[in-house]
Amino acid sequence: MERIPILRMGRLLLVTIQVDMHDRLALALQDDLTARIVKDGARGVLIDISSLDIVDSFIGRMLDTIASMSRMLGAETVVVGMRPAVAITMVELGLSLKGVRTALDVEKGMEILRNRP
Amino acid sequence: MTTSILPGLIRRFEAELLKDWVREQRTAVTLRSDLLPDAELERQSAQFLAALQAGLEAEAFGEISDPGWERARGFLEDVARSRGRQGFTPSETATFLFSLKQPVFKLLQRELEGNPAALVGELWEITVLVDRRGLFTGGRALIGREVMITRLQAELLERSTPVVKLWDRILALPLIGTLDSSRTQVVMESLLQAIVDTGSSVAIIDITGVPTVDTLVAQHLMKTVAAARLMGAECVISGIRPAIAQSMVHLGVSFTDIVTKATLADAIRHAFARTGVSVGRAAAV
Amino acid sequence: MILAREVVDLRESEDVLKARQQARALALSVGFGLVDQTKIVTAVSELARNTVTHGGGGTATLEVVEYGAHRGLRIVFRDQGPGIADVEQALRDGYTTAGGLGLGLGGSRRLMNDFEISSFPGKGTTVTVVRWK
Repeated sequence: MERIPILRMGRLLLVTIQVDMHDRLALALQDDLTARIVKDGARGVLIDISSLDIVDSFIGRMLDTIASMSRMLGAETVVVGMRPAVAITMVELGLSLKGVRTALDVEKGMEILRNRP
Repeated sequence: MTTSILPGLIRRFEAELLKDWVREQRTAVTLRSDLLPDAELERQSAQFLAALQAGLEAEAFGEISDPGWERARGFLEDVARSRGRQGFTPSETATFLFSLKQPVFKLLQRELEGNPAALVGELWEITVLVDRRGLFTGGRALIGREVMITRLQAELLERSTPVVKLWDRILALPLIGTLDSSRTQVVMESLLQAIVDTGSSVAIIDITGVPTVDTLVAQHLMKTVAAARLMGAECVISGIRPAIAQSMVHLGVSFTDIVTKATLADAIRHAFARTGVSVGRAAAV
Repeated sequence: MILAREVVDLRESEDVLKARQQARALALSVGFGLVDQTKIVTAVSELARNTVTHGGGGTATLEVVEYGAHRGLRIVFRDQGPGIADVEQALRDGYTTAGGLGLGLGGSRRLMNDFEISSFPGKGTTVTVVRWK
């Protein structure tokens, strides 16, 4: 089965979502990522969604869940690269991703994770 | 009404009719020689007379939507469009046609002098015909105007939302004038795009120059802030005057979760702190 | 007047992708801007998923419509599933039966200009949405 690759950079994990996400793929990513956080002892997770042309409530929920689960496992999640049109639509839809940190791009996301106490 | 003598008359006296009509238009109060040169006026008039003649011969006094009137219809649409662009009002454009009545009446009167019954019949038919085409042209001119106004509005909207880069990673959007729902939406989109384009982490929306903020606009502002946050940037709203603050609280809008500052200077200070910029007076030497 | 029509079968979660791609292509052909396209595709994603997970599958019919001088994209989602007992409640934000965020119906309504839902318990649900240009 198709899976979204998870890259390790030191104590950070980088996930670049480059495919049009369907629901099963999203659920698989959730499982894979939590397993990797524990296995690699990761302190931070960067999820790059700059390729996604929509974020609906399902993907939104996945991002929320990943952030809460990784926090429980000691890693901070930063979602980076959301496009303006996607952000406007998410706000209209009623998704605020309150528990998720965000940054403009991977570099700024890493900055946030590095400056973490 | 195939018995009308008008098609024949127009063919026979075309040059005379054209001359009279052009003179009529030149002396009319609605003449806009500033907008339309004489040669062009004459060319348009001649073209319409030809189209009128073709229409009359094909369909007599039919409706402008009839097939025989297609040439006249196309011509009038062009005139309405081009005159609209040149700055004529719709009624000025319609007068182009109405002014044809007098020369035609004169011609009919002369040719039908001994036959009042036929004269009345012809006058009535041509009046109805010219009026309908005049109204058609005026209506087309109005539609053209609407299209133009919509386009200008869109252009104005884009120009009235200048996003400026204040500092590395800091953007400002000084809003001036009344905010309506559609303008706020354009503002929102261009600000968010500018955030991406410049890689800015703080954006200041300054509303010092905005006279009033209603609930809808306040909601749009809050949505912009929320969208910017999703993208990883912070939005600060500055320049909320006491009167606006009061009316917003009355409206039940409380910018919770949003950084607001009284002045643009305060907002800039906040933005500097956020991006790690420190500014101080240089020590006197 | 209907200018173009596409029908997408919605059986499993991958079919939601097909509906999204079809909606994107038609929205482009109507000339919608990027933000409007995104809103349409997101609403289609929400409603197509509802058809698959709650309606037990069905169809999405996407149509480019013209009404006077206005063009729009109309999408009709039909299923023969169990139906919705309380439509008002289902439209409220945060109401969920499938463990989601409960934003599907209410959220899609905000993303589109027109929204219509008819549901008969035991017979199925039809949701019609339109976005005008």
